[in-house]
Amino acid sequence: MSTLFKYSSITKKIIMGAFGLFLALFLLVHLTINLLLLSGDGGKMFSAASEFMTTNVLIKIFEYVLFGGFFIHILFGVIVTLKNWASRPVGYYTSNKSHTSFFSKYMFHTGVIIFIFLLLHFMHFFFIKTGWVQPPAGIEKHDFYGLAVALFTHKIYSLIYIAFFVFLGFHLNHSIQSGFQTLGLNHNKYNSAIKIVSLVYSVIVAGGFSLIPLYFMFIF
Amino acid sequence: MDLTLKIWRQKNSSAKGKFETYKVNDVSPDSSFFEMLDTLNQQIIETGNDPVAFDHDCREGICGTCSLYINGRPHGPKRGITTCQLHMRSFKTGDTIVIEPWRAKPFPIVKDLLVDRSALDLIIQAGGYVSVNTGGIPDANSIPVQKQKADLAMDAASCIGCGACVAACANASAMLFVGAKVSQLALLPQGKVEAADRVEKMVAMMDMLGFGNCSNTYACEAECPKEVKVTNIARMNRWFIRSKVGAEKPEAATYD
Ligand code: FES
Repeated sequence: MSTLFKYSSITKKIIMGAFGLFLALFLLVHLTINLLLLSGDGGKMFSAASEFMTTNVLIKIFEYVLFGGFFIHILFGVIVTLKNWASRPVGYYTSNKSHTSFFSKYMFHTGVIIFIFLLLHFMHFFFIKTGWVQPPAGIEKHDFYGLAVALFTHKIYSLIYIAFFVFLGFHLNHSIQSGFQTLGLNHNKYNSAIKIVSLVYSVIVAGGFSLIPLYFMFIF
Repeated sequence: MDLTLKIWRQKNSSAKGKFETYKVNDVSPDSSFFEMLDTLNQQIIETGNDPVAFDHDCREGICGTCSLYINGRPHGPKRGITTCQLHMRSFKTGDTIVIEPWRAKPFPIVKDLLVDRSALDLIIQAGGYVSVNTGGIPDANSIPVQKQKADLAMDAASCIGCGACVAACANASAMLFVGAKVSQLALLPQGKVEAADRVEKMVAMMDMLGFGNCSNTYACEAECPKEVKVTNIARMNRWFIRSKVGAEKPEAATYD
């Protein structure tokens, strides 16, 4: 553990950033599959996709890579943040009035919120698949469509999910352009384009995921 | 104009400091911020007390000695200037101005508003130079330099090392400073030779001294009196990656 702290500041940032970008990309894959829930075919396509995602060997291996990605991103995020807090042991009396991007200051906070959501999300899906959590009455543990319907027709959960996606959007909004900067993939010519991509991507992901609970609340 | 000043007073580095409130009246809007502080200090001296200690030298925005965190911003409310270039017309009569020293673990307070910024010098000493043997002055045009690169190097070199980036940063990170110093040399042919080696050494020193990690909030760029760009941080990161993956580093000379 202590050797992790010894990595140079830039190395830690690069590891955190690279895994963050990888996770952000994965969200798009996850979203594409989830949007099949909206196809209105009684879950046929969605079930076929989840069947593929849960049985394909390559995807099973990828699952470990993904968990590793989450673990490393979070671990380095915490290490970097602890060092940052230690770098100013005595704070200012007046809160900082510098012009900065708003979301960038709350990456740790939004990160913690996303982590809590991740646990909740696992309780609702992944831990049911592994058998650690009992599925709701009458639903089989591999029936992801049934699980999704049971969850999202529940108004409170739907609202919680939407609220979390808003925070995920905040996190992504800063993180994509920030990841590019950290990896040194940055050029005066493309910087504004990268910022726009960052914004559009966060809106697509947060908006796209929110569509699903909204659909079940109002249309299903 | 009449002003209320709330100033951090601290006897020495180990004493416990606190804010003191002072009134200064009839300040000319055309006077500089430091002239206003000079007036205050004169008042304090006349009452037989210890004047407020603060750093300043050239008072024309070129040396990087002045500091001060004024109403929540290093170098005060105006963009692209140092505290010594700040004028009282940026404030209104009746204002309360809160003046604090720069806060960062590597910048210990010496007295009142005066902090020790020699940590930045240590970073330069770690590698912020070009190793050349002395000799005759080389001809100015012997090494051609691309105009754009020369401009970028010049922009990076405009950093006066005041430390406002550290003071503004939520993480007390010195990456804009180091990024500028790495860039100004790496962009030019004479400095490029040692760039990979230099970035490693300077970053290692920066980390050792306890500066934080940049989280790309870009408060540094917003507060830099010389408007040094955060693209310099990205360039430093690129050089850092290159230093780890295969860039040639100069080896220690061997005489055998
Ligand atoms: S005193 Fe020299 S820059 Fe302000």
